[in-house]
Amino acid sequence: MARFRTGFRTWVGIAVAGALCASLAGCSSTGGKRAEDARKAAAAQGRAAVNTPRWTFAMITHSGDGDTFWDIVQSGAEQAAVKDNINFLYSHDDEAQQQAQLVDAAVDKKVDGIIVTLAKPDAMKAAVARAVKAGIPVVTVNSGSAESKEFGALTHIGQDETIAGQAVGEELNKRGKKKALCILHEQGNVGHEQRCAGLKETFDGTVQNLYVTGTNMPDVQSGIEAKLQSDSAVDAVVTLGAPYADTAVKAKQGAGSDAEIDTFDLNAKVAAGLRDGTLGFAVDQQPYLQGYEAVDLLWLYKYNADVLGGGKPVLTGPQIITKDQAGALAEYTERGTR
Amino acid sequence: MTAITDERILHTSPLRKLLGRPELGSVVGAAAVFLFFALAADSFLKASSLSTVLYAASTIGIMAVPVALLMIGGEFDLSAGVMVTSSALVSSMFSYQMTANVWVGVGVSLLATLAIGAFNGFMLTRTKLPSFIITLGTFLMLTGMNLGFTKLISGTVSTKTIADMEGFPTAHDVFASTLTLGGVNFKITILWWFALVALASWILLRTRAGNWIFAVGGNQDTARAVGVPVTRTKIGLYMGVGFGAWISGQHLLFSYDVVQSGEGVGNELIYIIAAVIGGCLITGGYGSAVGSAVGALIFGMTSKGIVFAEWNPDWFKFFLGAMLLLATLLNAWVRKRAEATK
Repeated sequence: MARFRTGFRTWVGIAVAGALCASLAGCSSTGGKRAEDARKAAAAQGRAAVNTPRWTFAMITHSGDGDTFWDIVQSGAEQAAVKDNINFLYSHDDEAQQQAQLVDAAVDKKVDGIIVTLAKPDAMKAAVARAVKAGIPVVTVNSGSAESKEFGALTHIGQDETIAGQAVGEELNKRGKKKALCILHEQGNVGHEQRCAGLKETFDGTVQNLYVTGTNMPDVQSGIEAKLQSDSAVDAVVTLGAPYADTAVKAKQGAGSDAEIDTFDLNAKVAAGLRDGTLGFAVDQQPYLQGYEAVDLLWLYKYNADVLGGGKPVLTGPQIITKDQAGALAEYTERGTR
Repeated sequence: MTAITDERILHTSPLRKLLGRPELGSVVGAAAVFLFFALAADSFLKASSLSTVLYAASTIGIMAVPVALLMIGGEFDLSAGVMVTSSALVSSMFSYQMTANVWVGVGVSLLATLAIGAFNGFMLTRTKLPSFIITLGTFLMLTGMNLGFTKLISGTVSTKTIADMEGFPTAHDVFASTLTLGGVNFKITILWWFALVALASWILLRTRAGNWIFAVGGNQDTARAVGVPVTRTKIGLYMGVGFGAWISGQHLLFSYDVVQSGEGVGNELIYIIAAVIGGCLITGGYGSAVGSAVGALIFGMTSKGIVFAEWNPDWFKFFLGAMLLLATLLNAWVRKRAEATK
């Protein structure tokens, strides 16, 4: 045992020393944090622009762990909170029951406003009703445009998934596509089904759904690759999330297909892909706007009893982004706000 | 049968020997699955399709090898799935934050995954708690750390791109390149996979450490009594899983160059399933590295075969489950027949 331990320590020592030497000698002269710091050098710090009381708003979403889309929503909400002098609380759970309990907790905490998503509306109904009854203004974002008003929320901010899907169908028609694949990375997600259904409605060609395991990138890639190999007639692949677009491009190369890859949502890689033409177009629902507006509208309501939308949902998308607009957006995707 | 002889000096025919191999059942299962999809899907037999199936199998198989060894040694590792993501995150973020050559990050990541493996093994042998509990704890901690650290360091839940950094092209060649053989593209992970299977088979069948692994999986106390270093063997097995996670993680990083911090959850079960289909006993002491490869192949063929066959995707998971169950049953049946004819 003693001999083993000494041996182990020595090895760790050598390894750590080796890594340090290597990191001192092996610096990269391109990219990395240094390049990012240079870009950020001139960035300004956020400060409150108003002197209203420091209200507390809670945002509770149905996001899973580590979701890039919700990260952008959150950053929009946080920046609006800084500006509006709001104490902003964020929590999320992809299980509907857990999400409802988080809303209950926010009501118990007597926050001054609640922002909530209604991806699974039935499960959230009671919790939202409880918040409304307690006199806490509620704004719904992203999903639940149909139920928002009925549940007693002030307004809804987001994109109608079916309309977004329809927009994709029309864009594909314009591009003369005949056979499209709709890649769903989460089986059972209602919003995903609506997007693909909307696409099917307006698209003149045929649409096939393909389910892949979103938490396992190699599986996503080999799944799409297999599909493209088995059906060479496919000339358009539509992914439902930005991280999957790049993977679809790899699958397309692997299968030797010349289908066009299009996607929902934006990130830095999608913006780059649009610019160099590896991607056809992206449908953006502006997640930053969903977070930012939600906080700002709650503030407006508390400060001035303003309600935007006149009882109708406020749409943040779909916005079709092609090569022409991608260049201007690259900077914002890079800093994680588009 | 003429005379009764001592069973230990009974002459066993090569066929009998073959029937006694742990992977035999899974080989029959794999052949059945292959035949089934060859008939059910027109495009399944094309070389390019087979390379896709091999790629899918290899990404599972690389991890199934060390996981199988660990199972032969009588333990589980539920942290194996997220450890792959941790490995990719560590090398990406270290390189990025230090603005270092990406190979430095790759090295740091190797140390980190081996350390996680050693931690699992050390906790297990020290506390004597079941591996299920220990690695479940590690699994949850790693899941949280993957998200927490990534958000803390990068400001977002995915890492920044490192594709423009020095060392990326060579690292990409080693971990994520594509080789063209006779006009068909093969991913380099397939080579890594085969190499790992060969290495693990050699360790299991030709070295003293291999005997130790079978011994600690069979009966830990007996093994210790006859002088097998149980603690060292188990820590080593967990570090082996760490090594596999390192290779898998680097593949993930260098083929997609940006890593999502929430990935990998649930994959640990797939690795265990591949090892079990391949003939590893859940109770330990029995199994093979080749078997785990066949298990991964069955998994790859099934998951992609369903796509090639163009079945209704709503039923995807059902087909997958049914195929896996059938393959495992066939596996168990063949093994029983083999044992009965002994």
